[in-house]
Amino acid sequence: MPTIHLDNLIKRYGDVQVLHGVDLRMEDNEFTVLVGPSGCGKSTTLRMIAGLEDVSEGEIYVDGKPVSHLEPKDRDLAMVFQDYALYPHMNVAQNISFALRLAKRPKAEIDKKVREVAETVGLTDFLARKPGALSGGQRQRVAMARALAKDSGMFLFDEPLSNLDAKLRGQMRAELALMSQRVQKNMIYVTHDQIEAMTLADRIVVMHGGYIQQQGTPKELFQKPVNKFVAGFLGMPPMNFLDGEIEDTGAGVFVKGDGFALKLQGERAATAKAHTNKQITLGIRPSDLSYDADAAPADALTLDVMVSEYVGAQSVLLCRCGPAKVMVEVNSETPVALGQTLTFAVNPNGVHLFDRQSEAAL
Amino acid sequence: MSRSMANRFTPYMFMAPAAVIMAIALLYPLGYMVWGSFRDWNPSQTIGEAEFVGLKNYITLWNDPNFRESLGVTLRFAFFVVTFEMVIGVGLALLLDRDIRGMSVLRTMFILPMMIAPVVVGLMWRYMYHPTVGTFNRFLDGWGLPKIDWLGQHALGSVIIADIWQWTPFIFILSLAALQSLPRSALEAARIDGATPWQQIIHIKLPLMMPVLIVTGLLRLIDAFKVLEVILVMTEGGPGLSTEILALRISRTATEFRELGVAAAMSNYLLMLLLLLTVTMFGFTRWQEARAARIRAAVEEDA
Ligand SMILES: Nc1ncnc2c1ncn2[C@@H]1O[C@H](COP(=O)(O)OP(=O)(O)OP(=O)(O)O)[C@@H](O)[C@H]1O
Ligand SMILES: [Mg+2]
Repeated sequence: MPTIHLDNLIKRYGDVQVLHGVDLRMEDNEFTVLVGPSGCGKSTTLRMIAGLEDVSEGEIYVDGKPVSHLEPKDRDLAMVFQDYALYPHMNVAQNISFALRLAKRPKAEIDKKVREVAETVGLTDFLARKPGALSGGQRQRVAMARALAKDSGMFLFDEPLSNLDAKLRGQMRAELALMSQRVQKNMIYVTHDQIEAMTLADRIVVMHGGYIQQQGTPKELFQKPVNKFVAGFLGMPPMNFLDGEIEDTGAGVFVKGDGFALKLQGERAATAKAHTNKQITLGIRPSDLSYDADAAPADALTLDVMVSEYVGAQSVLLCRCGPAKVMVEVNSETPVALGQTLTFAVNPNGVHLFDRQSEAAL
Repeated sequence: MSRSMANRFTPYMFMAPAAVIMAIALLYPLGYMVWGSFRDWNPSQTIGEAEFVGLKNYITLWNDPNFRESLGVTLRFAFFVVTFEMVIGVGLALLLDRDIRGMSVLRTMFILPMMIAPVVVGLMWRYMYHPTVGTFNRFLDGWGLPKIDWLGQHALGSVIIADIWQWTPFIFILSLAALQSLPRSALEAARIDGATPWQQIIHIKLPLMMPVLIVTGLLRLIDAFKVLEVILVMTEGGPGLSTEILALRISRTATEFRELGVAAAMSNYLLMLLLLLTVTMFGFTRWQEARAARIRAAVEEDA
């Protein structure tokens, strides 16, 4: 299976530049997820890899060979579209076998492949139906089956689950994860849903405004976001941001802001010390705060609880810290009452510091 | 009268004036024609004075070789113009369905012929076909080629060419509209699946355009059976009966031969033919709607 290399890819529509130099390497059998807010250029990147959009500048290499001048059919890839893009006048079997029939494969081989793939995605009973007579989830499976039947080196997905309801989406996500383990291909998957990105990806590429913000494993991105955008984009509920200033006192290095003064520990204290008196943004994930009445004030945030959202085993508390709002994830058994002022201990390893001007991590 | 009854009748009350005018303007002449077709009727008589002859006019016509000849010319004319217009119109649409600079100007130019009045088209082509001073023969002469007897020996072909020139744009714009409403992503999927441009046309574009093409073709067919002015101006049906389509024969029977009853019967034959086509067309659209409804029902059952 090929490695795919995007080399300083630029896309312009007329005078508008929508991709500003995308550099990316995707290794063998890797599941790469492009994620980012709407309009950030994910689909454009994917469609350039597929050959459906021209490359304005830069080059795409597959196994070291430039491919940007090739037609889609010569790039050895299969694609699943957001709207499934099924052929409405062909039944399921004909949809699945279209590529094989064009390639003039022997009929016996085609039949075998169709049956095999239909079984993989659970469509055996629907082979004679037209797409118009299928539900959304079934159509999605047909699109998947059509891509699988091609046996190409790489699979491209453009938000394949976004038209499904929440429950079906979860189910299909799990099936996709299973499938990706089994078929061992290069997969490039576009989504704006960070849960899909986190659960499916070997490598996540976060895009914003036509730039790659950061790439790496889900864990790397979650634990060490390089800037405020990535930090806020990944993780649910999202990271809390508090404006503050670094102060180096005799008692240690502190982040002080309206309503809090947090003492930094270990490595972070050392890093922050170099930026004394700098205007920064403090980032703490809701899961890195825990209710602890006995916590020392320098290791905790004191918050006014405003709203409690019960989600089952966990509850999300919406609190106030000075002018800022802070979300806290707690066990639903935690005895909290609305209107109380409580102390929440901060996980010292869950403290993120960002330059307030450039938004880059310190 | 109860209130709900009044409510139910209100729409019909509002429709009544339109319905009455329709009945007078449409049904009265039609009934007049049907009534007249059973009579031996010439223009100097009122219809009441004309003698009732039953189906005689229809039977005479059926056995009249000239009528049959005329019917044959009409069928041939309709068949050839619709076939060529469909092929050329759809072909052009497939060719010009792309974003190139100046394409919109080109498209506008293509539909110009359709906007010209038929009489003008007839006069224009008659001039161009003129044996000595016409554009075509002068052109052939200039190249040292033998002249062609356009409106003589090859009259039907020449008339067909003129009609193709005028009406291909109709097919062209409808096909283009159909093409541009095709699902884009399905065509992209076909490109990824390995379809060449030609295979995309055969396997994806044409099948998806088919419903529009069938209705367009039927509309053109109905129109082709009724064509009159262009041929009247170009050849007046001649030479001989070679371009005498039914509409022309009807008009001559009424004015030259002064046989209104026969002309009416002939009109009714044409009307029956057109009705058959129209019913086919409605049947086709109904069938399509029914199929769509069935599919929707099947989906809902699964859900
Ligand atoms: N044909 C086009 N002409 C001009 N601009 C375009 C065109 N297609 C896309 N764009 C612009 O390029 C940018 C990136 O679009 P793209 O479709 O890649 O976004 P995306 O990340 O896939 O967003 P979404 O999550 O909404 O699908 C957008 O700002 C869009 O407006
Ligand atoms: Mg997109």
